[in-house]
Amino acid sequence: MPAEPTKTTATRAAIQGLDPGAFPPPADLKPVDLAAADRVSGLDALELGPKKEKGRLGLRIWNSTWPKLLAIAIVIAIWQVTVLSEWKPIYVLPAPLDVFTVLKDLITTADFWNGVRLTMTRAITGFFLAVLIGTIIGAAVSRFAPLRAAIGSLITGLQTMPSIMWFPLAILLFQLGESAIMFVVVLGAAPSVANGLISGIDYVPRTWLRVGQVMGMKGFAQYRHLILPASLPSFVSGLKQGWAFSWRSLMAGELLVIVPGTVSVGVRMQNARDLSDSALVISYIIVVLVIGILIDQLFNFADGKLRKRWGLTEP
Amino acid sequence: MSTVVRIDDVSKQYGSGSNALLALDHISLDVEQGEFVCLLGASGCGKSTLLSLVAGLDKISSGTLDIGGRHVALMFQEAALFPWLSVAGNVELPLRLQGIGRAERKKRALELLDIVRLNGFADKRPHELSGGMRQRVALARALAQNADVLLMDEPFGALDAMTRDILHDELERIWREQELTVLFVTHNVREAVRLGDRVVLLSSRPGRVIEDFKIGHPRPRRIDSPEVSGQAAEITDRLRAEVARHAS
Repeated sequence: MPAEPTKTTATRAAIQGLDPGAFPPPADLKPVDLAAADRVSGLDALELGPKKEKGRLGLRIWNSTWPKLLAIAIVIAIWQVTVLSEWKPIYVLPAPLDVFTVLKDLITTADFWNGVRLTMTRAITGFFLAVLIGTIIGAAVSRFAPLRAAIGSLITGLQTMPSIMWFPLAILLFQLGESAIMFVVVLGAAPSVANGLISGIDYVPRTWLRVGQVMGMKGFAQYRHLILPASLPSFVSGLKQGWAFSWRSLMAGELLVIVPGTVSVGVRMQNARDLSDSALVISYIIVVLVIGILIDQLFNFADGKLRKRWGLTEP
Repeated sequence: MSTVVRIDDVSKQYGSGSNALLALDHISLDVEQGEFVCLLGASGCGKSTLLSLVAGLDKISSGTLDIGGRHVALMFQEAALFPWLSVAGNVELPLRLQGIGRAERKKRALELLDIVRLNGFADKRPHELSGGMRQRVALARALAQNADVLLMDEPFGALDAMTRDILHDELERIWREQELTVLFVTHNVREAVRLGDRVVLLSSRPGRVIEDFKIGHPRPRRIDSPEVSGQAAEITDRLRAEVARHAS
């Protein structure tokens, strides 16, 4: 890098006891057109408009929470009315309050949390395996045209396949073991992840590609600086959908493939059914639902952040 | 003065056989160092095609196109900024691709944003800016590419008249200060006369050079000045005659 030339100003010259006149001020000072600058910044200010007031945090949380609370209240009310109507005997369809008592007792036991931990470990391992495999397949399919012709539609086909259909084969292949469950979870989730990446790469706007090309992006640089970041929103949607599929496959797997000696959420639920303990079965349904919703919220949060950053939604 | 872009007898044909479409028909055009040349024509005159050819995004069918290995930068009607990068990040990207270090990049990006009068917006996201501001970021990004020739494809086409008017002043100032060579495509006759040293009028389907107008009015010009209006009227008449030719 060339060093900046040292400028000796008149002031500095005076300090050093030199003749200030020997160093006239630089002549290249251009007159600044202040009127033009004002026009530009005035226009910018007009076009940007005033900032919108977001409102207090508490109020915003309340606004997004009350419809959900209302929905839960309605469901519980319908449930209670059904119980009161004595449509089914109380030991088959217990009242909400009884179930909540059972649920409260359940979530205070260490056994329950061990089961949740096992199930979540499987879910996360399976999901990450699916993401890894889905990403590799997606990248390969979008890169090589013959591969796309060969398996592009197969990926979409796999997505519509109910994962429970894979279990008989999985059990034959891997016996009653973790591998059987993982096999189905990955088969359930990987196509969604792959598809998300493929459509993201396919829909990179043409002008962006042209801009990149003129900038001199080629090969790896083009992927790193343009195609991958540009396909991120679609990829995140794929991840979200992949999670939903892997969670469903996992629950089906835990009910069908009972690995000896493990007590996952699915196994416990199956046990509760064997004991005809309806309240416990419903409790587990609620647990699985809540976990599903929480993780979905996590994805929504990431998706929302991304969209806001990109300006894809109104702030 | 040296010739920066030499377009000699260039034709561009899309497809082949009976489906072939001749977009450009034996175009010859030279652009000198520091010149501001406007390409003007109605729809289908291949003006955007010509820019793509100069930019190297497309291949010519025949003739010679010589830019002497010079770098070009391209701007479109849409700013085409990358939404995952901040305003400064967008301007820094070409510098990054040139392998310039982080600190130097940051400094240079701020200087460029200063040139387009967007200091203070470095950390904003593109979507937080107005259309005119986004085009100025795109201009800063184009300047960051250190290009010898700036190719502009109707860059102000999507902006309102007031914003466009002000951006004409800005582009003229930056062109002069940065000693750029500009090839500017538009279908707006007044815009062409307001900005260009030369206005090259193209015919439609296929695109041919009809006439090369020298615009000698002193700068800075105003788009509503009598000289610009008068010259624009003359060129518009030629353009109308050309459009009418396609009536049958």
